[in-house]
Amino acid sequence: MSETILNEPQTLEINFGPQHPSTHGVFRMRAVLDGETIRGLKLVIGYLHRNHEQIAENLTYPGVFAYTDRLDYLNSMQNNFGYALAAEKLAGITVPERAEYIRVIMAELARIVNHLLLVGFLLNDLGAFFTPCLYAVRERERILDIFEDVSGSRMMCNYFRFGGVKNDLTENQLGEIRKVVSRLPAFLDEFEALLSKNEILCMRCQNVGGLPKDLAVNAGITGPMLRASGINYDIRKTDRYSIYDRFDFKVPLGQKGDVYDRYYVRILEMRESVKIVEQAIAGIPRGEFLNAKTLPLLRNPRLFKPAAGEAYGRIESPKGELGYYLVSDGTPQPWRYHVRAPSLINLTVLEEMCVGQKIADAIVILGSIDIVLGETDR
Amino acid sequence: MNPAMSFLDSIFVNLKLWTLNLIGHFLPGWAVILASIVISGVVILCLGPVIMMYLTLLERKVVGRMQNRYGPNRVGPWGLLQPIADGIKMFTKEDIVPTNADKVIHLLAPIVIVVPALMVFLVVPFGRDMTAADLSIGVLYFIAVSSVTTLPIFMGSWASRNKYSMIGGMRTAAQMISYEVPMTLAVVPVIMMSQSLSTASIVNAQEGLRWFVFTPWGLAGFVIFFICTVAECNRPPFDLPEAESELVAGFHTEYSGMKFALFYMAEYMNAFTLSAIAVTLFLGGWQGPFLPSWVWFFTKTFALIFAMIWFRATFPRFRVDQLMGIAWKLLLPLTLVNMLVAGLWYFIPGITGWVGAAVILAVSFLGLTALNKPVIPEKRVYLLEN
Repeated sequence: MSETILNEPQTLEINFGPQHPSTHGVFRMRAVLDGETIRGLKLVIGYLHRNHEQIAENLTYPGVFAYTDRLDYLNSMQNNFGYALAAEKLAGITVPERAEYIRVIMAELARIVNHLLLVGFLLNDLGAFFTPCLYAVRERERILDIFEDVSGSRMMCNYFRFGGVKNDLTENQLGEIRKVVSRLPAFLDEFEALLSKNEILCMRCQNVGGLPKDLAVNAGITGPMLRASGINYDIRKTDRYSIYDRFDFKVPLGQKGDVYDRYYVRILEMRESVKIVEQAIAGIPRGEFLNAKTLPLLRNPRLFKPAAGEAYGRIESPKGELGYYLVSDGTPQPWRYHVRAPSLINLTVLEEMCVGQKIADAIVILGSIDIVLGETDR
Repeated sequence: MNPAMSFLDSIFVNLKLWTLNLIGHFLPGWAVILASIVISGVVILCLGPVIMMYLTLLERKVVGRMQNRYGPNRVGPWGLLQPIADGIKMFTKEDIVPTNADKVIHLLAPIVIVVPALMVFLVVPFGRDMTAADLSIGVLYFIAVSSVTTLPIFMGSWASRNKYSMIGGMRTAAQMISYEVPMTLAVVPVIMMSQSLSTASIVNAQEGLRWFVFTPWGLAGFVIFFICTVAECNRPPFDLPEAESELVAGFHTEYSGMKFALFYMAEYMNAFTLSAIAVTLFLGGWQGPFLPSWVWFFTKTFALIFAMIWFRATFPRFRVDQLMGIAWKLLLPLTLVNMLVAGLWYFIPGITGWVGAAVILAVSFLGLTALNKPVIPEKRVYLLEN
């Protein structure tokens, strides 16, 4: 943001946040307005910095799990997943078949939770006074009930372990998941019937905050935001990590990369996630849920000493590419631990998308990026 | 009308007359006239706040039900004492004035805003012979007084010395002044037809079921007027001045405690009076079969208020440019056409005039929307790739 804009007599500098109802946490935008139009915008982040990486470097490997929950606190399952992948790669631990299925089920349920909340709060940013949001939260509650049943906690699940998961799923729990998931397509149909073709929503979202393909690629954008711009890049498909190659699912792509595409791609992704969960429940085999060899390591975390080396594990989190970089020097603590947070990197194009739009659009664009400050600031 | 019904119908009028008669036995004539004014005044001054209190409860209940939750139900039976609890809370809150605020105007704004909101009650015909002051220029008075509301809102926003407030205030000024134009023009056909500016005689002109809304120009006028009233009292989807997700609380960001409550009070009383005037002008006021007149009036008014609450619970908000576009590019030309159509309808009686008026309105509406190049929801194709 250049000083010249600020020095023009017409402009007004205004702070959105860190305490503001629509910045989704303690995020701050310094916007320069000319009337209602945004001339310049600068992000100020770091209000929720908690030294996550430094803390992790002073903990044992299994001890970091509970901290990864707090990164993107809306879908702790996915955060666990990424960290588990990185550490398993580092230590060369295999995961039993059944555990892989459970992991995929939980990860996809977490994706649905995240997208439901995002769509709900996006509508809130549009001014729909909580109604769509509360209906989305109603469905989310059912999934959180499952998480509570399975892991003991609704949001900070801490469910994954190296070489598997914490608890097995009972038949009852599988039936419960099937029941919850089978409700979702009907709910999404209803949600869409009420909203996707609403004229005010279309007026506010279509052709607003467009992100061109080349900018998206150059800025390192990942996740639904990149796919809304029309680039087919889904780590579940490119990496085929875990057992994602066994499921039949599609990657929805938008064309214009505007707010509406970002909204709609997420709705379509929820539908695909429902398919994956249903396939996973149908195909889940019997067997162990945790690699028996890692059990003593988990009991005595200081025995978990991967050989010196490095590993990068990445997953397709609902927000984009969530990567964990681990460097081991053979001690029980990671020598270096780094998180590639999709929220942070997707946020970097906010200025390009907002300049020239109205104030109200900036809020909606921010809402459509899908940030969680726990992850952005770490 | 049977005797029981006519008794119920005029119960409030008779109550006042009886009281005045009673006073007349002890006091001189001028005191009785004074008492008559005082009684009407006191009733209105009480009615406004009480209606506002229970509108907040109604809104929270209805929005709650629409959002799949209960709404307030803890204080008193069905939460009926909730407004009183809210009032006590508001009184006990700290009154915060920003350091740099213009303190006099900051204090004055919430007081000033309540006055026009209460003054409008004066010309509302609540039932047969139940207009507090049947002014011969009632409608003009209503338009003039209700448009004053812009000023205190801008006073409040400017005096707060807060950027959010100021943007909210700017938006208010732009929005309310713009929407006053089509609102005023939408009233003109009604005045043409009833040949009076007095609210009571406008209602009388809609005797029987000849409500103005049942005519082509009346329907168009009613829809335009109602959209404008929603915009006038800053309610969703036109709640830009206080757009929560953008401007925190808009013009009343820096207000707390009782001052905030006064802003709130004015907003709800405006919602009521504007609905009441819409009912008076287009929906036949207190006219209606079988039930006492004031029951009809309140039923219709609350139906409109329910619609406003329904909007709030369901619509996303417009953007500033879209909001202004609707007022200037669609509603204003349509009201001008509507005036012409009303004239045609009057001079060509019978079915020809009726159909002709409807056709002209429909064609001009379609033409205007086509000229406006509205944002038609794009049909988008989403590729599903492997």
